[in-house]
Amino acid sequence: MSAFHIKAALLPDGTRTDLFVENGVFVESASNATVVDADGLQALPGLVDLHTHLREPGFEQSETVLTGSRAAASGGFTAVFAMANTSPVSDTAGVVEQVHSLGETHGYVTVRPIGAVTVGLEGQRLSEIGAMAQSRAKVRVFSDDGKCVSDALLMRRALEYVKTFGGVIAQHSQEPRLTEGAQMNEGALSAELGLAGWPAVAEEAIIARDVLLAQHVGARLHVCHVSTAGSVDVIRWAKARGIDVTAEVTPHHLLLTEQLASGYDARFKVNPPLRRDEDVLALREALADGTIDIVATDHAPHPLEAKECAWDEAAFGMVGLESALSVVQASVVDAGLLNFADVARVLSIAPARIGLLDGYSAPFELGSAANFTLYDPAASTVFGVEHLHGKSVNSPYLGRELPGRIVTTVHNGVATVLDGALVEELDRG
Amino acid sequence: MTARTVLQQDDITRALTRISHEILESNRGSSDLVLLGIPTRGVILAQRIAAILNGIEAQSAVAGSLDVTMYRDDLAKHPTRVSSPTQIPEGGIDGKTVVLVDDVLYSGRTIRAALDAINDIGRPKAVRLAVLVDRGHRELPIRADFVGKNLPSSAEERINVRLTEIDGTDEVTIE
Amino acid sequence: MKHLLSTRDLSRDEAIQILDLAEDMADAGTREVKKLPALRGRTVVNLFFEDSTRTKISFEAAAKRLSADVINFTAKGSSVSKGESLKDTAQTLAAIGADGVVIRHGSSGAPRVLASSGWIDAGVVNAGDGTHEHPTQALLDAFTMRKRLHGDASRGRALDGVSVTIVGDILHSRVARSNVWLLETLGAEVTLVAPATLLPVGVETWPVTVGYDLDAAVAAKPDVLMMLRIQSERMNAAFFPNAREYSRQWGFDDERLARLPEASLVMHPGPMNRGLEISSGAADSARSTIIEQVANGVSIRMAVLYLLLAGGAA
Repeated sequence: MSAFHIKAALLPDGTRTDLFVENGVFVESASNATVVDADGLQALPGLVDLHTHLREPGFEQSETVLTGSRAAASGGFTAVFAMANTSPVSDTAGVVEQVHSLGETHGYVTVRPIGAVTVGLEGQRLSEIGAMAQSRAKVRVFSDDGKCVSDALLMRRALEYVKTFGGVIAQHSQEPRLTEGAQMNEGALSAELGLAGWPAVAEEAIIARDVLLAQHVGARLHVCHVSTAGSVDVIRWAKARGIDVTAEVTPHHLLLTEQLASGYDARFKVNPPLRRDEDVLALREALADGTIDIVATDHAPHPLEAKECAWDEAAFGMVGLESALSVVQASVVDAGLLNFADVARVLSIAPARIGLLDGYSAPFELGSAANFTLYDPAASTVFGVEHLHGKSVNSPYLGRELPGRIVTTVHNGVATVLDGALVEELDRG
Repeated sequence: MTARTVLQQDDITRALTRISHEILESNRGSSDLVLLGIPTRGVILAQRIAAILNGIEAQSAVAGSLDVTMYRDDLAKHPTRVSSPTQIPEGGIDGKTVVLVDDVLYSGRTIRAALDAINDIGRPKAVRLAVLVDRGHRELPIRADFVGKNLPSSAEERINVRLTEIDGTDEVTIE
Repeated sequence: MKHLLSTRDLSRDEAIQILDLAEDMADAGTREVKKLPALRGRTVVNLFFEDSTRTKISFEAAAKRLSADVINFTAKGSSVSKGESLKDTAQTLAAIGADGVVIRHGSSGAPRVLASSGWIDAGVVNAGDGTHEHPTQALLDAFTMRKRLHGDASRGRALDGVSVTIVGDILHSRVARSNVWLLETLGAEVTLVAPATLLPVGVETWPVTVGYDLDAAVAAKPDVLMMLRIQSERMNAAFFPNAREYSRQWGFDDERLARLPEASLVMHPGPMNRGLEISSGAADSARSTIIEQVANGVSIRMAVLYLLLAGGAA
């Protein structure tokens, strides 16, 4: 494993310093170090994605742990939490240990499997949360994402039960009865386009119920992919009352609106759907004022045939690992709402804290694990398929100019991206 | 290029009057005459000739219009053309003598299309052709029976027919 | 015009042009030889993923009257029902050399996906997509109104000031949407009447007046009353309690027919549920245009096919 000397790194707090990495941690100095010139580049702690779909086991035609890890590394990520809607579902110790083990073998990022809340994601019975928590995968985040734990009693039990193991429930908030057959945000545009609507209230009503449940049972709740201004209001109200709730927003919900559905291009079909300008603005403000704690990609790969068809036949989801930081820069940093210290918080420190991932609380400090990325905010490129490194190409940004470029990523002291290109043979020594 | 007037209002009137007499003479009366003008100016000419015929012999010569857009042989070579109404006088054309009326006879393709259109509408006893100007350069074996004026012209020259009902004045110019 | 996907995209001039052209096409239908050679040598494919007898026959008749060759492709029993995608079907058609594709599909937006995909080069006509649009239906409805109201003096005219009331399942109706946009473009005044459950969220942004009361709408003496088909599946999704209540409130029965002015038109895009949204008396009355709507459909579709396929590159 080589040592690194990063010259003139600009840290998130604005200080410029040289960094030394040896044996996987930050050290005061190192000899025989590979020199990396960070002049003009922004150093950030390794990004942590609390919401990714790696699709393995079961959907390897869309993505695998390997390809997903590579996509993540190319986006500046050093850790991802892999959602449980695999096949078989990640509802037992066996499956989560397999996912965890694959992540370790490939080595591009730290893979933390998420466990399903209910068996088979069917929303009927709790899964073996204890077994998964105590497995080698040490699962702490549990989610039925893709589906909502809609039964109120079951959600109450889940919130209580995870307290036993120090975990957190991450809820995909979507009242199923209000969204049967839903295709896009419900509003004047969906009425005009003849596409079944996904009303905002279907998200807001679940969040409102869940925060009150969390308060009642004294549990922690995490809200996945918040997409509406109304949801922001509910979360703000809950936090003001001292309820232990955290929330995430995706990069696409910070930048894109439902207008993109007008041409029926299914690349823009996603769950929860793209919403209105007012929602995008409310989400940006909420991220800036801390009502929304983190950005998480909800990276959702799908094969070509699942998107090259009529809208309502298409799958929901967009890939987002490679473009996340650029989209965050375009939507909230360049607009002056967040600076890079805030970016470090919402894309690394806070998600690691919520997911109980060690090693990210004191970035760049001596002795800390060397997980970081070097980013060039001044670059500007037209996003194309050549920038995607996973298996799937269902990105809404193809053909769009985006700022910024990842130059270097280091995971536990091992370079995964150098000079803007993925390292093929990881030097793990 | 400067335009040269070859027919003025009086010339046109005299030509139409002579054509009307020629039609009556060759048809031995006008009782089964149906004049079909080809839009746009052919329709005006057909109406004028019908009026003159009705003034000479008080049989009603009837006039209508025949749009040939759908029968053109060059539809696919140009952007889609808009058609004009086809108005066949009451009594139809079966067994009648149809006189096609147009302002300028040139390649003959318009008349060929008109013959195809007539074929789909009915079976006249005979079809004749009356034109105000014959400028030569036929590409098909088509001949006018009644001609207002023969105007030999080169392919580069343009012949313009203006009629009062549409253009405010009667004249034929060449440029 | 390369495609006809919606009436939303039609300008007033384009709409009137189609209606006027349909008059010429209708005239051709009165001749001994009912054919025009304008589309000779062109191939039109009827690509129907959804069942439909009347619309398919109408397009077939229209294409054949223009001397085009017609190929019918229905989903049932074809490779599509075996899972062949829209993309593969389209590429097969392109390989056959289709000049025009008339597509009816259960998914809103499928014609747009087909037209903008680059899989085929043909002109695309939307014959009904999901709950989105059915442009030729709206055009034939407008043609029917114009013809009844202005007779032989129809050419060049729009529908300025004509009051049209559309009644029924607006939420799920592509016919309603296409009619709303086209009628507005042609200067008509549109009123929608339905229970609140069958009106889309956002209808207040449409250029229409909205009401829940059919009796009030009839009392306002509209020039045209258009009834939409109600589907019984909607009962199961709690849009209204049962057929009896729906019929009582929003069914156009003989009693309401008697209160409608003699000069008003009664229209229905078909197929009808006699006794549910419209009584037999109303459907068969002199004010009903239901049968001539079908005849006018062929003329309109001839006009559309001619406009899309007859011309070549400039």
